[in-house]
Amino acid sequence: MALSQKTKDTLLGPLNANNPVVVQILGICSALAVTVQLKPALVMGIAVTIIVAMSNVIVSLIRNTIPMRVRIIVQLVVVAALVTLVSEILKAFAYDVAMQLSVYLGLIITNCILMGRLEAFAMTNKVWDSFLDGLGNGLGYALVLVIVAFVRELLGSGQLLGFQVIPESFYAAGYENCGMMLMPAMALILVGCVIWAHRSINEEKK
Amino acid sequence: MKLNTNSNIYTFVYMTIVVVIVAVLLALANQALKPRQDANILLDKQKQILGALKVDWMESDPAEIYYTLVNDTLTFGDKEVYVANVNGATKYVLPLSGKGLWGGIGGYLALDEDKNTIYGVNFNHEGETPGLGAKIVELPFRQSFEGKHIRNAEGSVVSVAVLKQGKLAEGQEQVDAISGATITSTGVSTMLNEELVNNYKEFLSELPAVEEETAEEENVESIEEEEE
Repeated sequence: MALSQKTKDTLLGPLNANNPVVVQILGICSALAVTVQLKPALVMGIAVTIIVAMSNVIVSLIRNTIPMRVRIIVQLVVVAALVTLVSEILKAFAYDVAMQLSVYLGLIITNCILMGRLEAFAMTNKVWDSFLDGLGNGLGYALVLVIVAFVRELLGSGQLLGFQVIPESFYAAGYENCGMMLMPAMALILVGCVIWAHRSINEEKK
Repeated sequence: MKLNTNSNIYTFVYMTIVVVIVAVLLALANQALKPRQDANILLDKQKQILGALKVDWMESDPAEIYYTLVNDTLTFGDKEVYVANVNGATKYVLPLSGKGLWGGIGGYLALDEDKNTIYGVNFNHEGETPGLGAKIVELPFRQSFEGKHIRNAEGSVVSVAVLKQGKLAEGQEQVDAISGATITSTGVSTMLNEELVNNYKEFLSELPAVEEETAEEENVESIEEEEE
């Protein structure tokens, strides 16, 4: 089945041209917190993707019944329920990962991308489109997280996914891990660099 | 009939239904997953105790090894001490808990039979900064505790200090703090001091009266296999 242009835009737009992190500058706080290493960044990206997609679907399903005055509260309840569910499931089946993500898992509730997508998209669109939109935005978020975490783990600890990639001989020759990369400030600077690269590439296209 | 979705009554009823549905759903999920979660928490604790005892469980079932090694639990008030038998020697494992920078930290301290020499130690934390405070769980930091003594020359319990490189502790032994993680390191130091000097007073004050436990012929073979 060929995807229509609109479907494609909904799904793939957030990966690049309309990326929630680098274009809309949403969800920066968690991007800073979980990107010291690649593994938690990956899990966080997957968790957010699942939660945005599912909450988009649920809110889209009930969008016509939601009382306008309390719509934000309803959205919040849906998100909070899903986050709690995911966190319980992780604790039961992937205890190590749940421990590693610790508080940040719960903080997905306050991730602005979720509320943003629910309010801006799921409230006014059909279920399938909302699902694709959630998927796209979650993946767009995950993509930035992975890029930042890749650089931070590589330069900050000389490892990727916990495996040593920078050989011992480098250290013997005087190479040192950049401790600065482990600080949250460096994540912000890296996100800045990603935005810079992203803007200049997209500028050329126009 | 078209409902007025903006009326007060509709809003109240709607929210009540939503909240009840969510509450029931989460309660069910919690009940269904509880046994697995508890099993995970117990297994995690056993793994940590094995870590403090420096037993490698990578290729086998940690719970099984745990039950062959740890054969007794002593209770002192609300404190528990696990008695383990590693390669024929008695080790005491003391659970610890304290405060780090962002949340709680904890750990297990394995002492030799003299209740003085540290055999091994394992730390855990809720949410210390990855790459900085979180390094307390890593081997280099934990290994720096091995062989240290928690008593001074007079035999009274003084704990072990965690100090910045170059600083010297008075009257107690010390290990290097993690650079860049001052508050977590201080938290470890305070935790050890608090737990050893105050909370485990009762356990540590009974000094081993020469060899009382006639180590019942344990399954020595299975223990020897665990040697690293």
